[in-house]
Amino acid sequence: MLIEAQNLQRSFGSTRAVDGVSLQVAPGELYGLVGPDGAGKTTVMRMLCGAILPDRQAGEAQTRIHIAGYDIARETEQARAHIGYLPQRFSLYEDLTVMENLRFFAEVRGLSTQDWKPRCLEILQFVGLDEFTDRRAGQLSGGMKQKLGLAAALVHQPQVLLLDEPTTGVDPVTRQDFWQLIIRLAAVTTQEGIAVLVSTPYMDEATRCQRVGFMRQGRITVEGTPAALRQRLEGQIVELRGRPLAGLRKLAETVPEVEAVQMFGDRIHLRVQAGKAGQVIERLGVLATEQDMEVSMLRSIQPQLEDVFIALLEGGPDNG
Amino acid sequence: MAEQVIAAQELTRRFGSFTAVDHISFSMQAGEVMGYLGPNGSGKTTTIRMLLGLLLPTEGTASVLGYDIRRQSEQIRLRVGYMSQKFALYNDLTVGENLSFYAGVYGVRDKERIAEVLRQVGLSSLERERVGDLSTGWRQRLALGTAIVHRPRLLFLDEPTSGVDPTARRAFWDLIYELIAEGVSALVTTHYMDEAEYCGRVGIMRDGRLLAMDAPSALKESALPGLAWDVFIEDHGAALLLPALDSLQKCPCVLRAGLTGDHLRAITPKDSGAAALQDYLVEAGILQVRIEPVEPTLEDIFLALAAR
Repeated sequence: MLIEAQNLQRSFGSTRAVDGVSLQVAPGELYGLVGPDGAGKTTVMRMLCGAILPDRQAGEAQTRIHIAGYDIARETEQARAHIGYLPQRFSLYEDLTVMENLRFFAEVRGLSTQDWKPRCLEILQFVGLDEFTDRRAGQLSGGMKQKLGLAAALVHQPQVLLLDEPTTGVDPVTRQDFWQLIIRLAAVTTQEGIAVLVSTPYMDEATRCQRVGFMRQGRITVEGTPAALRQRLEGQIVELRGRPLAGLRKLAETVPEVEAVQMFGDRIHLRVQAGKAGQVIERLGVLATEQDMEVSMLRSIQPQLEDVFIALLEGGPDNG
Repeated sequence: MAEQVIAAQELTRRFGSFTAVDHISFSMQAGEVMGYLGPNGSGKTTTIRMLLGLLLPTEGTASVLGYDIRRQSEQIRLRVGYMSQKFALYNDLTVGENLSFYAGVYGVRDKERIAEVLRQVGLSSLERERVGDLSTGWRQRLALGTAIVHRPRLLFLDEPTSGVDPTARRAFWDLIYELIAEGVSALVTTHYMDEAEYCGRVGIMRDGRLLAMDAPSALKESALPGLAWDVFIEDHGAALLLPALDSLQKCPCVLRAGLTGDHLRAITPKDSGAAALQDYLVEAGILQVRIEPVEPTLEDIFLALAAR
């Protein structure tokens, strides 16, 4: 494991920001930490890179963080040498060029004069900024700044990459681009693939990761591969379209095998009891006809990650 | 036929030689939730500013709630509500004080109305809490409360649910749908596909132009210039993922190919199919693949239309 964290806890005053988080990320793995603002994602990242210390624990529940085999508390320098960190707000020198910025980060990271230039060129090519080496950082678009930030985090060839909400506020086209880079990084199978931990508030982004941990109120409440998580609700999500939509929604709420009803813009998603999709579809078809409502689509669909998280958080049937 | 709350014809705004909004025409009926999706700089905010009467169009016209945006902007602003992603709330004031403040701005002096809004957004029990102590989800509800206190008939929502818990997001949208059921309409600008899914119709913008506007399901059925496929590489997994991607990106029968975690997503023209993809990958030496047709996501549509 390149990232190994056990029982992390951290409070700020009376607020318990992180409350017993453990996680492991293997070489070549892309792990997504998903959760709303304030769930504790950033605090976890900051503890992993040694910027803040976890609270000390009394008793058996030991806290430890190992990065590439080094204990971040006792072997901080060695551990940090293996970490690339892109914080949510990072600073670039706006009046320096792309290349000058990267050179600065390379030198801070101790790259020698022979090594920094080829490495910088290689990394700029990887992130797609090789044609902009002489542009001042202040003149870059938001997406390009983000890429330069990624390049700076990668310049010393870290084995562990921590990305804190790298795509928040970035538009969808750029976001797609950036994710392609992240996935590529983890997928590149050098002898020792790198471990990437990325945080995001967005569920649709989490589906791109190999493993996902859902964070809420300082804890990882659910963890697994997107496929395995979706498997848990396989066959339990039904899509309903027709009109009037609000009427169909009320109708669906009267069917006892329906556990939850979610309205979307032009359709309704139902979560039904395991094995009951066929029955619910048949019943709703009959009810809608009786009530003179028009059903244009009624079918079983693939569950989304969001469906799974919500079902697990509710602990079973919808309680409103 | 329902009343038109927004009617825009050939709405255009130029800044010098740059055309921020380029001949946009659309209409929105009372009771609709319309999503407006586009990258930064695509003209979303300029459009909203014109609809609010804050910026004059260079060409074209629009009416909002029946009022002309050029001549009757004050009438419009009194009758619409605006909720920004950076909630304009006073952190040092309580929930009730924030709401009273906004009510005052709109000339609403009725205490009963304030109590009603608090009930509607589910904040009655938090009336005396300082806003700075609330979670994002609660502040978002309060921001909605401040935007509806003067009973607007049209709401402008800018990325209303970014950064909140999925349960909080669903609860928020239930609130919006309650308002809609009362006859309110909403125009939602967003970057996020999962937010756009809550809209009855979605418009996609790029470079100042409105490229498509339809229900999410209809966009998925017809706006993609092709078919969507999930491609799983079953031998050597990760090691062959990138070579497979590279060869798909070169394949003449692929419009767009990308990585999604442990597999690939490919968009092909409508007359092409799984067999063509398979043949191409086999020729590239990737033998064991599984190719499944999938329903395109809103993101697939968006990237096909908005990325060049």
